Amino acid sequence: MDWLYVLMPIAGVKIFWPGLIILGVGVGVIGGFFGMGGAWMVTPGLNILGFPMAFAIGTDIAHMAGKSLISTMRHGKFGNVDYKLGMIMLIGTVVGFEIGAQMIMWLERIGQVGPVVRWMYLVLLALIAWMVFADVAKKRSKEREAIAAGREVDKLATGIEWHKTFHKIKIPPMVHFSAAQITCSAWLPIAVSFFTGWLAGILGIGGGLIRMPALIYLVGCPTHVAVGTDLFEVMISGLYGAASYTYKGRTELVAAIIMLVGAAMGAQVGSVATKYIKGYGIRIAFGLAVVGCFISVLLKLIPNYFPDLYTICDVTATILILGLVAAMSVYITVKMVQGAANEVAMKKSKA
Amino acid sequence: MPLVKRLALILTTIWLTAQTALAAGGGGEPIVMVADSRKLTGIMAWWANLYNESHLYFTLLTIVLIPLIGVIFGVVADFIMHFIGIDLKSRDLAEH
Repeated sequence: MDWLYVLMPIAGVKIFWPGLIILGVGVGVIGGFFGMGGAWMVTPGLNILGFPMAFAIGTDIAHMAGKSLISTMRHGKFGNVDYKLGMIMLIGTVVGFEIGAQMIMWLERIGQVGPVVRWMYLVLLALIAWMVFADVAKKRSKEREAIAAGREVDKLATGIEWHKTFHKIKIPPMVHFSAAQITCSAWLPIAVSFFTGWLAGILGIGGGLIRMPALIYLVGCPTHVAVGTDLFEVMISGLYGAASYTYKGRTELVAAIIMLVGAAMGAQVGSVATKYIKGYGIRIAFGLAVVGCFISVLLKLIPNYFPDLYTICDVTATILILGLVAAMSVYITVKMVQGAANEVAMKKSKA
Repeated sequence: MPLVKRLALILTTIWLTAQTALAAGGGGEPIVMVADSRKLTGIMAWWANLYNESHLYFTLLTIVLIPLIGVIFGVVADFIMHFIGIDLKSRDLAEH
């Protein structure tokens, strides 16, 4: 069974290559569907397969850049990417991320910040999950009210509408984003991206997990456009991150290419699935992914206070992350196949 | 306060915050890592040697290869999906 293992030229470790493809497929599906890089899923996965942590991060970022490019191409064809919004947000993201990253280095010199950062991450995840489910609950309550009053249910109705308040701020220059169908002050996306970039820098994550809901709830993007535009951002920041990690000698391109074989298929499935699943379906699935991420971070924190529980927490967190990736990938793939089958059948019946 | 002054004040504050944060600097001595190319042959050995000889060329090639491979895989997948009969140019759902 030696042919199932590849010797990685830089890291010098033998890796089970089908595992890399499976991981690529899973994270490709989820990334293409939710509009995020998925570092919180891939890095532990690569570590389990045998990569040292530094190489796991670098290789993950390198494959993320390629995978996001494939997803962005696909979403771009559906009209889900607002390039103007993405470019404007890039300014805030880069500046915010650098400030956040430098702040964390400065804080590290003062004292131990690891647990503080993880608690902060936990609070943020809880907030995002609450926001998503509160939004879904509010939308359903609006629908129930409409039905009770005998009115037609507005298909474009949303639950939480904070973006409407932000759109009232008219600081020039005012910009219209055609794909997102919004007009607002250019300072709104810059401020939002600066804040999300700063948070990502502080927490040491890519930022898709924060930026995607921020695009929906603060900027006011439709869900599909938020997913596509976020992927465009992930692609550019991924390339920057890949260059940075590769220059430091922490990227295993061979592994990234093997993962890309799987991620290319997965990213297509995830992106095309957004064609068949309604915006709120994506939001609910995203909320569940955030809850899974919350539990896995919590499990990493518990051993700080109860060291005896380290092994059980570590194993549980790993099983949870991999289980979540598998379950979500299967759900999204099934929905995509069902939708595509219906579309092909309809085309045939029309012909 | 006029808008221009207010914006200038905000930008100065952001710049000063960045400068304060950047003044903290990065940490740690750089670690020299060398790839062991003795067990490798062909393109893998060449790749490991490139890593040992120049991180700059290694980085440049990586950054060119990743998007290139991404585009190739994307185009191939496009072709396959078009062949299956999936419409890849429009999306009917228009809700939030």
